[in-house]
Amino acid sequence: MDIAQTFLQFLLTMDMTIRLSTVLILASLAGLFSERAGIFDIGLEGKMLVAAFLSAAVSYETGNVWLGVLAGIAGSMLFSLIHGLASITYRGDQLISGVALNFLASGLTVVIGNALYQKGGGTPTLTGGARFHDITLPFVDVLRDVPILGPIYANVISGHTAIVYIALLAVPLSWWILFRTRFGLRLRAVGENPASVDTAGISVVRQRYAAVMIAGVLCGIAGAYLATSQAASFGREMTAGRGYIALAALIFAKWRPFYILGATLLFGFLEAISLLYPKIDVFSLFTIPVQFTNALPYILTVVILAGFVGKAVPPKAGGEPYVKER
Amino acid sequence: MSFMKVMLGSASVFAITATAVFAEPAIVYDLGGKFDKSFNEAASHGAAKWKKETGGNFREIEMSSEAQRGQALRRLAEKGNNPIVMTGFAFASSLEKVAPDFPNTKFVIIDMVVNQPNVRSVVFKEQEGSYLMGVAAAKASKSGTVGFIGGMDIPLIRKFACGYVQGVKATAPNDTVIQNMTGTTPAAWNDPVKGAELTKAQISQGADVIYAAAGGTGVGVLQTAADEGVYSIGVDSNQNYLHPGSVLTSMMKRVDVAVYNAFTEGADLKTGFNVLGLANGGIDYALDDNNKGIFTADIKAAVDDAKAKIISGEIKVHDYMSDNSCPVE
Repeated sequence: MDIAQTFLQFLLTMDMTIRLSTVLILASLAGLFSERAGIFDIGLEGKMLVAAFLSAAVSYETGNVWLGVLAGIAGSMLFSLIHGLASITYRGDQLISGVALNFLASGLTVVIGNALYQKGGGTPTLTGGARFHDITLPFVDVLRDVPILGPIYANVISGHTAIVYIALLAVPLSWWILFRTRFGLRLRAVGENPASVDTAGISVVRQRYAAVMIAGVLCGIAGAYLATSQAASFGREMTAGRGYIALAALIFAKWRPFYILGATLLFGFLEAISLLYPKIDVFSLFTIPVQFTNALPYILTVVILAGFVGKAVPPKAGGEPYVKER
Repeated sequence: MSFMKVMLGSASVFAITATAVFAEPAIVYDLGGKFDKSFNEAASHGAAKWKKETGGNFREIEMSSEAQRGQALRRLAEKGNNPIVMTGFAFASSLEKVAPDFPNTKFVIIDMVVNQPNVRSVVFKEQEGSYLMGVAAAKASKSGTVGFIGGMDIPLIRKFACGYVQGVKATAPNDTVIQNMTGTTPAAWNDPVKGAELTKAQISQGADVIYAAAGGTGVGVLQTAADEGVYSIGVDSNQNYLHPGSVLTSMMKRVDVAVYNAFTEGADLKTGFNVLGLANGGIDYALDDNNKGIFTADIKAAVDDAKAKIISGEIKVHDYMSDNSCPVE
């Protein structure tokens, strides 16, 4: 294989990486907002599943994918609200609430889907305006011939669906909100030391609800991406553990927005590798089986958690319901 | 004590009458689900056809996890359902255990061989149908590269792949075949998102005809092929209607016929080994209004020629499962 061929192959791998990472970026950012405010969110998976189902169903019924996305966001926010009620207002265990939501989503989508469409819990195939199509960015044809940068622009940056660009923009936006606004400062503060925020006269409860709802919006977009952009219909259990990988990415990224971008792109890259090259031949000495590549995100996360490489410190008040001192 | 006796007595009487009255056939679908538009759906068509023609009732169960297999078979057998048809190789180990416990119940397993006196094993010569698909793909391909996407990486699916590659190589010896399997767990039968990504990867490597033998995952393959403007080939059921003008043809495995036959023969069905292939109509390719425009006379002639030669024995298609290897790559 000559160099041009190898380069093109590399670009296509990167292209696929971006497509596969999008859902992880959005879900990880959702987890970031929630956990930075002190609410562990293991229910990312369930929220995405509900959003995926609702977005596909509403897109199918209305023929408008944007209405579908809104419905997905609404469904995901409703689940966030339940999570908030259980873990903020009623001070329940955040992990249990999250797990319960995952089960609820997995059962509810199949039951409703079966009742509506009799397709084993899935929705009919979305066509035309009921799903996202690839966007070709301007000047692609002009720039294609520019050496090196041209192919990168044409193959990797251009030609994704709208949500991919939304996800990429959401990263700097999240950073700005969390680290450059008063809202973000307070949000981080309730995750570290809610008592001091309370002393300053700011409502911890309201701040935490806001964070959880933002997580709902982001999960909603992530779910809609799965069903209306990556695939063209909802299928039973279609999130397939991506919510958990997103959580792993969040820990791997040490709860920081730009690190999240890096971590999710790395995880997406590993998935792309496992799809494109099921067996990697290392100098004909041995082959790396696809199972190893698939397990790598989890292995890396465990390594990080064990403290071998750097240290991942979660928000101090994470997982603890806030009780006002009397 | 006497009350207990009455209860037990009536329970046993009820059990007997239940068996006598409700000797309904039953069908158990595999993890892909009844509506996978492919293998299981074909089976459900056979059951539906039987119901329509005879007016009889049947029970059906969809699996939602691995652990339910033995349980489902046992429950159906205890309820007196007879015969009990199961769609998929994965039932074999459960059936090995359950079948001896219900010697009077007839079981039918599709795609696998289980040696028990009350079991009928239906297997298909998928390699023959896949060979025809390979011929069609090689004829239709302009780039000289065609693709294969399998579901779970098991010998059965390698059998599809091997037959396909043989067909391609026999028609165009210099063509390349890109092969991918979706996964190594049963979840690989129902992952359209991954199917779509694999399809994009193959298209980027130059494939312009892609054959999906992947159950529900294939839905994603066919969708992406239609989006990207290349041909796809469906499997098990006739999938031409899913994307008219993009699905070149479908390798039809008449699972519906196998189910229909079992239901029709009822509790008296003959057990043992049952092989369906091109010669007895158990395997075929799909040609209808949806693919009439793209399945050209040239392709049809080549496919029909290969079909006749396979039936006459002039072409021998190697069966991957006979020695777990494939002569061509």
